[in-house]
Amino acid sequence: MKLITTPNLDRHDAFYAELLEAHRGLSEAESQALNARLILILANHVGDLDTLREALELAAEG
Amino acid sequence: MPQTPKTYPYSRPAGLDAPEPRHGVVIVGAGPVGLTMALDLAGRGVPTVLLEENDRVGAGSRAICWTRHSLEIFDRVGIADKVLAAGTPWQIGRTSFGDDEVFIEDFGRDPGDRMPPYLNLQQYHVEEFLIEAALENPLVDLRLRNKVIGADPAPDGVELTVKTPDGLYTLSADYVLACDGFRSALRTMLDLEFDGEMFEERFLVADIEMEADFPPERWFWFNPSFHDGQSAMLHRQGGNVYRLDLQLARGASAREEVKPERVIPRIEQVVGPDFELDWVSVYTFQCRRLGDFVHGRVIFLGDAAHVVAPFGARAGNGGLRDVDNLGWKLAAVLDGRAPAGLLDSYNRERVQAADENLKQALRATRFMSPRPGIETLFRDQVLALAVKAEFAQGWVNPGRLAVPCVYDSHGADDPALPQATRPGAVAPDAPQGAGWLVPALGREVTLLAINCAPPAGLQVPVIRPEVNETLRRRYLGDADRALYLIRPDQVIAARWLDADARDVSAALRALWEGRG
Repeated sequence: MKLITTPNLDRHDAFYAELLEAHRGLSEAESQALNARLILILANHVGDLDTLREALELAAEG
Repeated sequence: MPQTPKTYPYSRPAGLDAPEPRHGVVIVGAGPVGLTMALDLAGRGVPTVLLEENDRVGAGSRAICWTRHSLEIFDRVGIADKVLAAGTPWQIGRTSFGDDEVFIEDFGRDPGDRMPPYLNLQQYHVEEFLIEAALENPLVDLRLRNKVIGADPAPDGVELTVKTPDGLYTLSADYVLACDGFRSALRTMLDLEFDGEMFEERFLVADIEMEADFPPERWFWFNPSFHDGQSAMLHRQGGNVYRLDLQLARGASAREEVKPERVIPRIEQVVGPDFELDWVSVYTFQCRRLGDFVHGRVIFLGDAAHVVAPFGARAGNGGLRDVDNLGWKLAAVLDGRAPAGLLDSYNRERVQAADENLKQALRATRFMSPRPGIETLFRDQVLALAVKAEFAQGWVNPGRLAVPCVYDSHGADDPALPQATRPGAVAPDAPQGAGWLVPALGREVTLLAINCAPPAGLQVPVIRPEVNETLRRRYLGDADRALYLIRPDQVIAARWLDADARDVSAALRALWEGRG
């Protein structure tokens, strides 16, 4: 297991608020596009396919 | 001047007047794959009958981009000098989104290679050179306007019914090689499934002649202003002929789109008014393959065995590698040097390669023609990011250009040696005095003994190469010596730092028995 699923981001409440803020005023399509860019940027930052596969699996569980 | 297809003479085959003796090998289809196959086998002393229903080379450029390894294969069948003289070598690919360039690829020209990484030449020129070589070769019996209309396979051979302008005759052969293209008649006659995906995507493809001075680079556009919402590619071929590929909108009528009054204004938007239209066609994207390429005594090669979506240079080059893989194996089986089981390794290795090509082609197709919805969303956001963030440039997929598949191999290996020359890989070139390593490998299994003496008592040709910078980088890495066993198709079978005669003999047995 390479994916960190235990608490790892200290100021998560701040990030959550800023994530919502980034979407404020965007249309549904613009929000979708922002999310897509974010996923791509973060995937590159993670930089490890095995970790990303675990993340995809966890996300797919819904 | 639009290319006028060259025609070649038909002559009445002997089988019309009296039954012909059984042949060893009959090849069906004289495109690049069938012709190269006949010449490869001729080079190994194997005579072939090559049946072709037409009497001319095909119209239009079709396959244009040949890889370094294909040029090496052309060299083994004697046409590389002509191909190099007529073609346009290139190494730069530029990709744009809208009117912004987002991605440049440089495939590099290494002075350690005799051949350029890629060379563009219209398929009809390649076919002309191959036909000329076939007509001069006494071991190739090229029969034009000979159309196979029936195939009766038996456990030890195949009987073919052939139609000519003078009537029907039959031919029997130990092996039939189906090189009859993506609409393969033999595939249909044997009632074989050709599974895979067919896409709605269609591209209009045109050969245009113009006195332009565009550099020999591959230019690919996503959503250019001259072709809104679609993709386009412009690439120089041999002479003043350029290839233009334009994606068609979903639902566009192919019959309408190829009409000059539709095509010419589109092309004018890309290159201006000064050009001549040589050829235009529309193609669909397909990714399919046969489950197996060997069906008893009928063996499938090239598009008859597998078709891939374009933009990766995977169809023509993949077909040539099928030829390269099969030639030495079939020759060895025919003269009893190897068991028939060696041909199973053709199936195993070329199915692996086809799957790799299909995987790459599918990924490129998904990127070039994403489905509406989430696929289009991600594709467009990769393109949008590529303008701003370096990482996303590499994610842009205008077709990944083919490199030879590395076959799965259990051949002896030493991890101290470079990864690129591991067993299963194609042996790379290196300068050798005034010549080159790859041509010196010839048509036989060869031992390459670098800075060492080969074990005594082996019946294998040995090359003790000049050790220069390229050879050291590609074959030694940090090691000071190595022994490589190289197959007749330039694939590395095994390698050692130190080996005795028993090690090499075991590797030779595995090679001739087709154990990977």
